[in-house]
Amino acid sequence: MTQLLQDKDRIFTNLYGRHDWRLEGAKQRGHWNATKEILEQGRDWIIDEMKKSGLRGRGGAGFPTGLKWSFMPKEVGARPHYLVVNADESEPGTCKDREIMRNDPQTLIEGCLIASFAMQAHACYIYIRGEYQFELERMEAAIKEAYDAKLIGKDNVHGWDFDLYIHHGAGAYICGEETALLESLEGKKGQPRLKPPFPANAGLYGAPTTVNNVESIAVAPTILRRGADWFSSFGREGNAGTKVFSISGHVNAPCNVEEVMSIPLKTLLETHCGGVRGGWDNLKAVIPGGSSVPLLPKEICDDVLMDFDALKEHRSGLGTAAVIVMDKSTDLVKAIARISYFYKHESCGQCTPCREGTGWMWRVLDRMSRGEAETSEIDDLLDVAGQVEGHTICALGDAAAWPVQGLIRHFRGEIEDRINNYRAGKPVFVPQAAE
Amino acid sequence: MSDNLRTIVIDGEEVTVPNDYNLLQASEAAGREIPRFCYHERLSVAGNCRMCLVELVGAPKPVASCAFMVRDMRGGPNGEPPQMRTLSPLVKKAREGVMEFLLINHPLDCPICDQGGECDLQDQSLAYGRSGSRFDENKRAVEEKYMGPLIKTEMTRCIQCTRCVRFSTEIAGVPELGAIGRGENMEITTYLEQSMTSELSGNVIDLCPVGALTSRPYAFNARPWELTKTETIDVMDALGSNIRVDSRGGAVLRIMPRLHDDVNEEWISDKSRFVWDGLGRQRLDRPFAKKDGKLAPISWDDALTIAQEKLSGDASKIGVIAGDMNDVEGLYAAKSLFDAIGVASIDARQDGSKLGAGPRESYLFNSTIKGIDQADAILIVGANPRLEAAVMNARIRQRWLTGKCEIGVIGEAHDLTYDYAHLGEGASDLASLGGKRSGFIKTLKDAERPMIILGAGALAREDGPQVLRAAGELADKIGAVKDGWNGFNVLHTAASRVGALDLGFIPGEGGRDTGAILDGASLGEVETVVLLGADEIDTAKLGSAFVIYVGHHGDKGAQRADLILPSAAYTEKPGLYVNTEGRVQMAERAVFPKGEAKEDWAIFRALSARLGKTLPYDSLNALRAKLIADHEILGQIDHAPGALAAADFKPAELGEAGDVSDAPFKSPVEDFYFTNPISRASKTMAECSAAAATARQTLQAAE
Repeated sequence: MTQLLQDKDRIFTNLYGRHDWRLEGAKQRGHWNATKEILEQGRDWIIDEMKKSGLRGRGGAGFPTGLKWSFMPKEVGARPHYLVVNADESEPGTCKDREIMRNDPQTLIEGCLIASFAMQAHACYIYIRGEYQFELERMEAAIKEAYDAKLIGKDNVHGWDFDLYIHHGAGAYICGEETALLESLEGKKGQPRLKPPFPANAGLYGAPTTVNNVESIAVAPTILRRGADWFSSFGREGNAGTKVFSISGHVNAPCNVEEVMSIPLKTLLETHCGGVRGGWDNLKAVIPGGSSVPLLPKEICDDVLMDFDALKEHRSGLGTAAVIVMDKSTDLVKAIARISYFYKHESCGQCTPCREGTGWMWRVLDRMSRGEAETSEIDDLLDVAGQVEGHTICALGDAAAWPVQGLIRHFRGEIEDRINNYRAGKPVFVPQAAE
Repeated sequence: MSDNLRTIVIDGEEVTVPNDYNLLQASEAAGREIPRFCYHERLSVAGNCRMCLVELVGAPKPVASCAFMVRDMRGGPNGEPPQMRTLSPLVKKAREGVMEFLLINHPLDCPICDQGGECDLQDQSLAYGRSGSRFDENKRAVEEKYMGPLIKTEMTRCIQCTRCVRFSTEIAGVPELGAIGRGENMEITTYLEQSMTSELSGNVIDLCPVGALTSRPYAFNARPWELTKTETIDVMDALGSNIRVDSRGGAVLRIMPRLHDDVNEEWISDKSRFVWDGLGRQRLDRPFAKKDGKLAPISWDDALTIAQEKLSGDASKIGVIAGDMNDVEGLYAAKSLFDAIGVASIDARQDGSKLGAGPRESYLFNSTIKGIDQADAILIVGANPRLEAAVMNARIRQRWLTGKCEIGVIGEAHDLTYDYAHLGEGASDLASLGGKRSGFIKTLKDAERPMIILGAGALAREDGPQVLRAAGELADKIGAVKDGWNGFNVLHTAASRVGALDLGFIPGEGGRDTGAILDGASLGEVETVVLLGADEIDTAKLGSAFVIYVGHHGDKGAQRADLILPSAAYTEKPGLYVNTEGRVQMAERAVFPKGEAKEDWAIFRALSARLGKTLPYDSLNALRAKLIADHEILGQIDHAPGALAAADFKPAELGEAGDVSDAPFKSPVEDFYFTNPISRASKTMAECSAAAATARQTLQAAE
């Protein structure tokens, strides 16, 4: 039995907004404590500590954060360094950053200061999703408080001149892709850039830039205060730390919860979410990491661990740890068709496979969900998904292909039944009522 | 091995290529052809078509070869050279996938598409396409866009490669094309449904790999395989852009650019490209003579008899003015004839320019067009290169974009598609610039390769010799002329001008120049005026003189003429043209002259026999042999002298000393689309001119 996360080890102590989100309250919960001492340890120590903590980026790809920070040039050249915080949280199912910005904004601001110091950036931009109006206002208020308290800004108490700006997006999913985000921040159309060069070499305005997820930045101060060893004591090797999981769908109590990495999925759902609606046996499938990762059928869910490597073994991924639970009443084909529509709608249109492939996949799936297809089309669909995956400029192509591949991998029979039912004139899908 | 070379393995074969090559270039160096749609050598890399995917050994997924540099490749763990595969099954599968995606929403209307037969999509689908479609859904259709009188759009065919968008923003410098919408709803548009306000807009037709952007005037006229293709030289401006004239039967059906890195790269201006319909209108196809105040057709025999009679009189009462589009051979034959009969009043500078007295360098674009790529400061004097040499202007812009070149302008302030320091309006600003201590003069002095571009308009004025001296002195002062670099440049606007000056087609001893011939004609002192395709003169000044017009279009000169001897237009005769750099280029005949029209040299050869001064050649080859014997320089085809004679060139001694006037400089090109008789006869050019005028008005209203 895994040791669950205890309250004393929580990083986000106000995730549910039960306490004061303002600076005063945040300070009482320990934020902004000894920040100056952390900075005084020097940037090498900070980066080293982040590497040792084993923190992997919380935005979806799981790239080690400390390593990412270390890619920034050691000396500031002709161009300034920038930190950009990706708060364009648009992955369906994901709502962890939203809660952090609402209820724990100071921990994010503190993280921005520390990370910027570690990368010798004097300016940091937080790119907030267009739909997050409330969070924008909350963050602006929090930043103003921090400025007023001289925690950040010119000549602040920490001795590192640092300006924090907020940019409000316009609601495009693609702007959560780091280079599209930079383009958007520069005032251009949000389309991903070709890589290389990576942002650490040529990012915002061509200057060295690091783009990090909100959660990755927000956990940094606590890691540095409590030590890398403390953080890495949670979770399996290579999957260290605590993580905010966003659980939605057919559970009795959908929630955001900070838990240790590598917690078994079943434990996560049963401990924090009141279990699957109608009992564990009523579970049909789970999308473990936001809409872009392949779903897992119940057999795998029974004992799978929630971390990067375990889910990868099952050809899925942790992604943003947005767990979408679907019980037996779910029309899976329709659900994936809806996800497919989302990617078709959000494709930026820049490169061919994604522009053309997403629409194709959605149209075929849409027909399949009504049973109006040939069984041979299932293989064609899989083939098309394969033609999109890995051939695009950014990962949106992959994100559009994976759910389709997951569906066919695990539920091909369901699609075939549907096609047969349609031909036989029977109802194509009869939902099993939740018990 | 030097630092910038690297050995890589392509399909098992080792090649050594420069580090700054991308994988596509490296593959081509190894003899592999990589299919592509969005990649273009002269545009920025977009990497969006994904057709050029290759496999990098060790990389998790295929990479776009156009966007991946050789220097970014990773070698093996034990120092093995990096490997890539261009022919592997993975690559083939990936490209077939991309091709399938491109075709699912492409209308496949090849039988009614003008791009058919020269379509990249058609060609590449032959290698990577499927035999049938797996796409059972409805195809996407895109609303029609209007892009002006030159570009015909069929946006449903668009594959969103964005070449046109990149061309307009990067090369043309008018960010008027863009992509709106997202995902499969992305559309290329001019936003406001207008024509592009660029003189280079037609190039997007060549760039478009499919039939989305095609030529509107050429629409549904012909298939590429029906056309006879003739490689020749353009005469719409003095650049001598290399063009290919496509014709069928006796008609020129379209004009396209040819590659010449030192001249036009692969662009041509809209005037060069679309003027061809003017070649079929207003043509002088037989000799005419004025009878009872009206021009009436006559036979060549009668025409020559009249000409003989008029040219047999007092040679001092005869004047000859040559126009802007004459070939060297015609001018040479004319000059030989008029020299023989003692006519000294000959002038090829119908704009009244004062050039031609000095050494050859004094009237050439000495830095060469390619030299712009190395210039670090450019001073443009009395020229609007955007209208006078649109393709060259794009090259200046390219140089400016690198951030290594500063530009100053003396003259009218126009939008040149790049930023410049405006240093004044007139000649006095030029004369006083050298005396200044700070500002742009310092930039010029500090520059290693400064250029002064002196427009033809700046010299076609009363104080032309003084302006020339002022510019020369400035060039001397800033060290523009030195060993290996000659930064003194004259930008001509007439294709025939440099060739004519090389021949010495300027007034002889006691002869009159253009202005004096016209003045003499209005006073009755000049009784016969021969116009060799000269239409840009004030014909009202010809007074009662007998005018013999030798040319191919019924324009201003022909209207006033008393006798018309029809000649061949530039597409209808082989000929030499010398461009503003002094580069001699050979044009070829694409179609035959209209009706009874003859090549210019042949007309003068025939006339010479009538006048008893028979010219010593009966064929073009014989003429050329004599021409080159007389003027060795004209035998050096495609050679631009550049800075070869810079050491002996003394710019400060050019022109004449004296004060310049305060009058502001004025570009000789007021309407880009109407600079010569052919363009004035073109319906397309008229539409462009009207569209440009509307655009200017809209702009003013918006301001």
